[in-house]
Amino acid sequence: MTRWSVIHAVKSGDPAEQTHALDTLFSAYWKPVYKYVRLRWNRPKEDAQDLTQGFFAELLERELLAKYDPAKSRLRTYLRLCVDSFIINQEKAAHRQKRGGAAIHLALDFPAAEGELAGLTIDPQSIPSPESLEEFFEKEWIRSLFALAVEDLRQLCRQHDRDGTFRLFEEYDLAGDSDISYQTLAEEYSLPVSAVTNALAWARREFRRIALERLRQICATDEEFHREARAVFGSEAR
Amino acid sequence: MKSLSDKALKRLRESADVPDLVGTRYRLLEQIARGGMGVVYAAEDQTLARRVAIKVLDVPVLDSDLAHRLNREARVLARLEHPGIVPVHDVGTLADGRVFYTMKFVEGRRLDEHLESVPSVPDRLRLFLRICDAVAFAHARGVLHRDLKPANVMVGAFGEVLVMDWGLAKIVRDSVPAAESCADPDAVHFLAPSALPTGPEAAPASAVTSHGTILGTPGYMSPEQTRGDISSLDQRSDIFSLGALLRFLLATPASREPSESTRQKDKALDAVCDKATAIDPRERYSSVSDLSADVSRYLDGLPVTARRENLLDKASRFYRRHTIPILLMAAYLAMRILLLLFSRR
Repeated sequence: MTRWSVIHAVKSGDPAEQTHALDTLFSAYWKPVYKYVRLRWNRPKEDAQDLTQGFFAELLERELLAKYDPAKSRLRTYLRLCVDSFIINQEKAAHRQKRGGAAIHLALDFPAAEGELAGLTIDPQSIPSPESLEEFFEKEWIRSLFALAVEDLRQLCRQHDRDGTFRLFEEYDLAGDSDISYQTLAEEYSLPVSAVTNALAWARREFRRIALERLRQICATDEEFHREARAVFGSEAR
Repeated sequence: MKSLSDKALKRLRESADVPDLVGTRYRLLEQIARGGMGVVYAAEDQTLARRVAIKVLDVPVLDSDLAHRLNREARVLARLEHPGIVPVHDVGTLADGRVFYTMKFVEGRRLDEHLESVPSVPDRLRLFLRICDAVAFAHARGVLHRDLKPANVMVGAFGEVLVMDWGLAKIVRDSVPAAESCADPDAVHFLAPSALPTGPEAAPASAVTSHGTILGTPGYMSPEQTRGDISSLDQRSDIFSLGALLRFLLATPASREPSESTRQKDKALDAVCDKATAIDPRERYSSVSDLSADVSRYLDGLPVTARRENLLDKASRFYRRHTIPILLMAAYLAMRILLLLFSRR
């Protein structure tokens, strides 16, 4: 692995690098973990919030990331299995230690995640059966990754004075309106169609670059990165 | 941070995956297939006004081994000028960093689909021999395919047989110096992506084929390839895949045959398949030419080297080979006997 990755950074021993790595990892994974706990383990909101905080605390305390072996599984699968084992252990102990106050407390926007679960953005039909939980976790993980990449793209557009480009991207690719066309957008913004085409091509290219860059950071090896990139953009996950 | 709906997620995944061909001479038409390394699209070459197939890598180039492999594939293919190997026209990098290369657009069907219209065993064997020709040519140029299977063979509209997807190809010997191909006035000059540190010719095979990485398709991969023992691979690994492919050709029913019909097993052909797919590479044919020679012998009604015949086999093969003269002779003898019997009365 030649580029920066969270696993590499966590194992590096440099506190600044470790903090940055954990921040990157948590921002990509906390929502999928929370939703997974809510659905797979059927936990009420408050419990799921505590367990999510508790899980990430345990990840640090027990140095679970340092134990991750990329030859054995994808990081995504490893973390999901860690969540399962964490919750089983919690149940076994029949001891619900209130997490979050002691070692770590992450500022996580649980109401937003809850809003997504409540059907604001998730189709109720897609609530998973027990067999498709891996698929569900993957989809939520991609949703989280893409949301972060969209946010980065928004910042990038702002820096490059391309707010208009982001608006076009938002309207065409994020609004989910299948009837919208380049022509409609061109008329709405009084632009030639070619300008809309070029702006959207640029935005998608940058979005893809940013998403892959973020993905690369949360993969341990090149091989895992290639596999995950195929899952994110390829037909495997469709 | 705004949440993404399922519809937005789907749209983003699709739109961000579509290659942006701006700045190239190609116009995207439609997706054709997804291979082990990337996606193949139909595109229009706007300069030459012709349809081409364009293969785009899944991930950007940068320092990835995969980019080396795709670039190698293009160069390997460019060297293999043979009617049975799909020619490469161009290679380059998209604005988003993904490598692409364009190839001849083959209008035809995959071998497994084509078999539905080829019921006769000799016709299937002749198809197989043409696949062997292409693979033997590649071997002679020091290239192993490593992923031979029905889905990687196309049969064109005029019956041409093309071996596709050389994405896992391994160069075992540089038989053609790079300078030789560049000196060819008709040679296409490939634009190597600037991000690639070295040309594939400069890299030893081990640098581009990581030891222990399992590449290929189960069922068609040789045991040594399945084990990931890449350093020990040679042409006998492709011979194993060809043997598995021959077995597939013989076992697949044509559309006109009832699905449960089992073709009559032929011991000689079975022996050829068994020898080609022997677990121990030393027990396989030593070259593709030997394998195709055995299949040709079978087609000519001669004994195959893969099987020692007993007297009954010899008689049976002799009968199959000379059926008409034998029947004529038998009819003549029967007439003579009848005449003899009648003349004695």
